[in-house]
Amino acid sequence: MRSWIARVALIPVMLWVVATLGFFLLRAVPGGPFDRERAAASREVEAALKARYHWDEPLWRQYLRYLGNLARGDLGPSLKYRNHSVNDLLGQTVPVSLSLGAMAFGVAMGLGIPIGAVAALGRYRWADRVASLLTLVGVCIPVFVLGPFLILVAGLWLEWLPVALWGHWNHAVLPTLTLGLYFAARVSRWMREGMQEVLKSPHVQAARAKGLSETVVVVRHALPVALLPVISYAGPMLADLLTGSFVVENLFQIPGTGAFFINSFFSRDYTMMIGMILFYSLLLQVLNLGSDLLLRWVDPRIRA
Amino acid sequence: MSIEGSSPGRMAWRRFCRRTMAGVSLGFLLLAAVVSVLGPWVLGVDPNQGGETPFAAPDARHWMGTDIHGRDLLARVLIGARISLMVGAVGAMVSLVIGVGWGLVAGWRGGRTDAWMMRLVDVLYALPTVVWVMLALTLFETRGLGWLSERWPASIPALRLAAMMIALGSVSWLTMARVVRAQVLSLRERPFILAAQAVGVSPARLMLRHLLPNLTGVILVYLTLTVPSVVLYESFLSFLGLGVRPPQASLGTLIADGASQLNPIRVRWWLLVFPAGLMALLLAALNAVGEGLRSALEPRDER
Repeated sequence: MRSWIARVALIPVMLWVVATLGFFLLRAVPGGPFDRERAAASREVEAALKARYHWDEPLWRQYLRYLGNLARGDLGPSLKYRNHSVNDLLGQTVPVSLSLGAMAFGVAMGLGIPIGAVAALGRYRWADRVASLLTLVGVCIPVFVLGPFLILVAGLWLEWLPVALWGHWNHAVLPTLTLGLYFAARVSRWMREGMQEVLKSPHVQAARAKGLSETVVVVRHALPVALLPVISYAGPMLADLLTGSFVVENLFQIPGTGAFFINSFFSRDYTMMIGMILFYSLLLQVLNLGSDLLLRWVDPRIRA
Repeated sequence: MSIEGSSPGRMAWRRFCRRTMAGVSLGFLLLAAVVSVLGPWVLGVDPNQGGETPFAAPDARHWMGTDIHGRDLLARVLIGARISLMVGAVGAMVSLVIGVGWGLVAGWRGGRTDAWMMRLVDVLYALPTVVWVMLALTLFETRGLGWLSERWPASIPALRLAAMMIALGSVSWLTMARVVRAQVLSLRERPFILAAQAVGVSPARLMLRHLLPNLTGVILVYLTLTVPSVVLYESFLSFLGLGVRPPQASLGTLIADGASQLNPIRVRWWLLVFPAGLMALLLAALNAVGEGLRSALEPRDER
């Protein structure tokens, strides 16, 4: 129990470190973010801009003000989209990215778990082949290769599906597959290894010795235990799912968080960068904690 | 009748060669390294030299066709593979230094130090560390690059590349640290370490001369497995336009160029297929070598 309190308490500490690092790195950039204005605008405009963003105050006050805003959940204004705050943009884009991520996660689990499990039984050659093929895809075909290929084949040669934008359900098919297949490969591999391990274990043999049908043995007795590695790897996998979503949103021109995040690097929109990094860090920490809690709930050995 | 002696190293090598895939992959990688280093020189084509015929399909003159500026794609793919492999190798070395150091200290000190060091690794595992690399590179670009290039007699692309290798290496050491720590934890209770301590060997010498040689196996395995992941990150950054900048090319930028030329009117498949195909082959080979090494050096894992 104590370690859990420590873990939860660590999240704000980590966010504080990220925010502080981000704040001072941001201020370390020479000239600040208003360089472009300085060339054209008068002194008054520059002073007004600085006053508006409180850049005329001493550094420690700016820092405290920034932390105070963060504590209230305010990530500050965007430097590029002058009339929007980072919160606004997150509010508009997160639903899009979240639905893409959730669908891809669904594909990863929905394909990976059954394929890996069936392949581990070693009874069906096709399942073995499919699992091996999927593993190969997962190892050597990253998201930024798979995406263009799906566009080329399914979108342009066969003309089955649209290759850009977001809105209609069929817009989501290719991006979801691009993001999901890569992770389905990893899930099926963990599942296969976990299942092979479990099928050798005494409790499964005991279930067989009782004369239970093979289906019951696999589904009721082996599957829950074989799922444990998948659950424990799912947390770290989410971080990669996130970075993968940058590529997918960029490739398919989806107006999600990742697309805005990548753009903020090109427009040097520092408050947006830091704000979104904070948001991503918090999101991943919470999801990871969730996956660990789930693991603890499923696996009584960890509770002891 | 003679009895042949065999060292652990030779036995491991024999186990490695028994896996055909690993052997073939190692051969392919060596070939790829040689070709990407010598190839552009043998080919004699400037990868950045524009030509008369943009978007020429592959033919006898341009084996892989040409790109939007009429540059020879084969030359660009070779030079791109060279940069990608180099970033992978150097980045993995950076991660090796940090990861081994971290794991050694954590495993050896144990107790509270170990708990905190590993807690940090756990936290970093769950963070989108690549995002930090992106931020660091952007800041380096705006502040550090100009400052450094004034004082350092090196070209700007070279400095940018070096920054990327260091940045990627410094977020890729987590698995290495975990594995080394676990190994050190099990080693430090062994009699030979106790014996060395009893004789009064200094801690530094103990780590370097007694612990480290026993760690070479796991280190080698995870070093090889780190290379493809760094190659992947580099391509990811370059694909998004945050890594290698034009006119320099890496496999990531070439794939991005190929993807940007995908349109329904005219399909210029060669721009995508060649760099992406090479990328896939390289990743598959690097992983196969890593897995081969793993089963050769950690025979307990063998099924």
